[in-house]
Amino acid sequence: MSRPTPFHPRTTAANRGWAYKEWAGFVAPCSYDRHSEREYVAFRHTVGVIDVSPLYKLDVRGPDAAALVARCWSRDATQMEPGRVVYATLSDDDGYLLDDGTITMLARDHVRVTSSEPWWAWMHDYARGLDVTLTDVSHLAALAIQGPLAADALAPLLDFDLTKMRFFRARRAKLAGRPVWITRTGYTGDLGYEVFCEPEHALALWDAIFEAGAPHGIEPCGLDALDVVRIEAGFVLQGVDYVTARLAPSPKRKSTAYEAGLGWTVELDRAPFVGQRAIRDEVRRGPAWATVGLDLSWEGLEALYARYDLPPHLAPIASRASVPVYDNGKKQIGQVTSSTWSPLLKRYIAIAQVQAKFATLGTQVQVEHTVDYERGVVGAVVAPRPFFDPPRKKAQPTLRSAP
Amino acid sequence: MSRLGTTSAPWDAVIVGGGHNGLVCAALLAKAGKKVLVLERRERVGGATLTEEHYPGFRYTVASYVVSLLRPWLWRELDLARHGLQLIPLETSFSPYPDGRSLCRGPDPIATREEIGAFSRRDAEIYPTFGKSMGRLARFVKRFVDQTAPDPTSFRPRDLAQLVGHGRAFRELPDDEEALLTRLLTASATDFLRETFEADELIAPMSCSGIIGTCLGVSSPGTAYVLLHHYMGEIDGASRAWGLARGGNGAVADAIASSAQASGVTIRTSAAVDKILVERERAVGVVLVDGEEIRARTVVSGCEPRLTMLRMVGRDHLPSDYTAGLERYKNRGSSGKVNLSLDFLPEFTCRPGDGHLRGDIAIAPSTAYLEQAFAEAKAGRWSRRPYLNVVIPSLLDRTMAPPGKHVMSIFVQYAPYHLADGPSSWPQHRDAFRDDVLDTLQEYCPRLRDAILHAQVLSPWDLEQELGLTEGNIFHGELTLDQILFQRPVAGWARYKTPVRDLWMCASGTHPGGGVMGAPGGLCAREMLAAGAL
Repeated sequence: MSRPTPFHPRTTAANRGWAYKEWAGFVAPCSYDRHSEREYVAFRHTVGVIDVSPLYKLDVRGPDAAALVARCWSRDATQMEPGRVVYATLSDDDGYLLDDGTITMLARDHVRVTSSEPWWAWMHDYARGLDVTLTDVSHLAALAIQGPLAADALAPLLDFDLTKMRFFRARRAKLAGRPVWITRTGYTGDLGYEVFCEPEHALALWDAIFEAGAPHGIEPCGLDALDVVRIEAGFVLQGVDYVTARLAPSPKRKSTAYEAGLGWTVELDRAPFVGQRAIRDEVRRGPAWATVGLDLSWEGLEALYARYDLPPHLAPIASRASVPVYDNGKKQIGQVTSSTWSPLLKRYIAIAQVQAKFATLGTQVQVEHTVDYERGVVGAVVAPRPFFDPPRKKAQPTLRSAP
Repeated sequence: MSRLGTTSAPWDAVIVGGGHNGLVCAALLAKAGKKVLVLERRERVGGATLTEEHYPGFRYTVASYVVSLLRPWLWRELDLARHGLQLIPLETSFSPYPDGRSLCRGPDPIATREEIGAFSRRDAEIYPTFGKSMGRLARFVKRFVDQTAPDPTSFRPRDLAQLVGHGRAFRELPDDEEALLTRLLTASATDFLRETFEADELIAPMSCSGIIGTCLGVSSPGTAYVLLHHYMGEIDGASRAWGLARGGNGAVADAIASSAQASGVTIRTSAAVDKILVERERAVGVVLVDGEEIRARTVVSGCEPRLTMLRMVGRDHLPSDYTAGLERYKNRGSSGKVNLSLDFLPEFTCRPGDGHLRGDIAIAPSTAYLEQAFAEAKAGRWSRRPYLNVVIPSLLDRTMAPPGKHVMSIFVQYAPYHLADGPSSWPQHRDAFRDDVLDTLQEYCPRLRDAILHAQVLSPWDLEQELGLTEGNIFHGELTLDQILFQRPVAGWARYKTPVRDLWMCASGTHPGGGVMGAPGGLCAREMLAAGAL
């Protein structure tokens, strides 16, 4: 049975669509209406709020906290200043990807790791000889406040000047008088923040944020809208665009960080860490696969549908179905793992894993597309990721003038 | 590069007018490596796609106010998303009625069925089917919109091939759709809709898309065709193609201008063109109002055809049949615009809250109401109770007004350019016109006037004076069957060419017309490049 998150009374009260799914054992709304348009618009044009409490959260404390995180994760946490956040990957000894998440230096002796799977035991096994304690703090309530007006909604509630907070920074703060950790992070590729608090403050925070956000068009958002914006942002999703090596049904389904397009998170030349040797070997010989953005040809889609005397029809939500990708000689060279129509870009975009030699920008490929139960192909071109990368994501936000 | 008889010009093309079509044309020519200069009379680009602040903190999407048909191929080719263009879909279509009932059509098909069902159970069930067949027919129209119009009087291979292509597409339609399309092209909006629906409350607001920008009534033949435009947006890529540009429609022009500049286009604002220079029957450049002369290999007008040809070029340079064609060309502006800055959101009595206001709001309570509104226009008066298409952009795009405040865009029809006491009498009637518009809306929204901080009123006369829209027609000429395709603006001159060599036209007065499509600008550039004109 799925459990409610600390925000459940509010998310349920706001929900008019009754579409939920399971996320890490919790009930998570897919959308708040019978469609997710309004939520998509909120993420991209005003403020969207999504309950991310189901994320696994692990606190690592003690003098060797950073050393343990650096030993397990792809980043050299020992070099991080307090208040910094980094995006990181976790690999096994063979260099295969287990998970991705964030590492936040709350203090020199206090590191918080968020992830999509639980890694308490895994990290515990690598903690021998280190002076650390590992505490699962997944009970913490977490709320992502994302969108171009996110700062407008939060700033008046905070006890510090939010506009001065830089991208991928964290700090302790009072939000509506309640103790929180706030980070300038998110999964939308836009301006946004995440707030972590003890569950007893959750409902009061929700209420305060929605009241402050009302003049800025704040909306509660579900996973369907998030899926569209994260594809626009080019973010891969564990379990969809790659599979954690521990649960991969076959060796073929395992990916390395480089193959999953996350090689940039790997700080290789430093003290030993799990998977370092294997990753080094991989870098030397070159990854076999690559994760790329694909831009599907709209004209190609129209032509394919026209063969069936139909106008193009695309699902209103993102697809996580894996679909074969072919070279122009009809040989399968990989698969699309996520795809969506981007209302913002007016393009049909996809994230795909392909053989490394097909990863060059501009490479022409073919993607399977089914019309009227029949499989056809549509031309696509390897395109830069992120598909959408607004300057406001990293810029200092300017607040809207008060009335 | 100089050709015989012309002096070497620094510019490959000079574009007269920095509206969205002029900018699209400029951007595509520059992408092809041409040196292009855009001259805009006003202090900012945009033309009728314009966002302006008239009251501090409140931004009006001054004239055109929705983005629906902006061609997706331009969106992609000019990379408009990267240049800042963001579309916010309109969620709902809301219509209040004087008896206190209301109808809200939205993205949730079940909710929409229930809403329509309150008026007619039959209509509610058939509504999605109607959308499906219109979507299929819209594909047929799209063929025309994304291509230069073929000339049926021509025997050139290209025209013939195109005509054959269109003919084949028509013949390949199933019989019932072929019949439906034929009726669409000839019937009135109300007659056409009555074939499917019975509830006047549904037919009235739906029929309005057939009259926007034309001086015709909902029961005038030929008005059904424009209904298809509503469905064309939908097949251009996923649903909900009707939307607002974040930052108002000025953001459309700004994004295209940014893309154009990135491709090397030079844009000069506050540079009003007075004359198009014609020497030895060729356009060789332009003269600005301050006397500055700018020479170019080609001149492209992004202005309305009559303004371009009769005022900037002059009859002396034009064949008389062309001049006669232009004089017959119907502009007949029929609409005005009222933009409001609001201190708070005035609620509709029939349905409090704002969930149903996040789209367009039609004041079109019955077909009889719309007919009465048209009858007044025919008599040379504005409608005392006009058709209103209201959008509250600040509900969807919070950047348009300060927090908690709102802007409202009210499209008003009928406001005929030709008032009984002459178009130039509009300025003295402007306040009375505004009061009628506000009275109309206030019947549904009793606190409207309490909320108003500022009002901008644009009569068709103002649209002509301010934005160069001849007779205030928002489409640079009515989009009626006699003025579209190969007859736009003048039969035989629908390929963006004019009787003056090296002078081209690229705006809404050419095929396929207005509606913030960008298609004329895009197709004109394609034609110019294909013809090796520059």
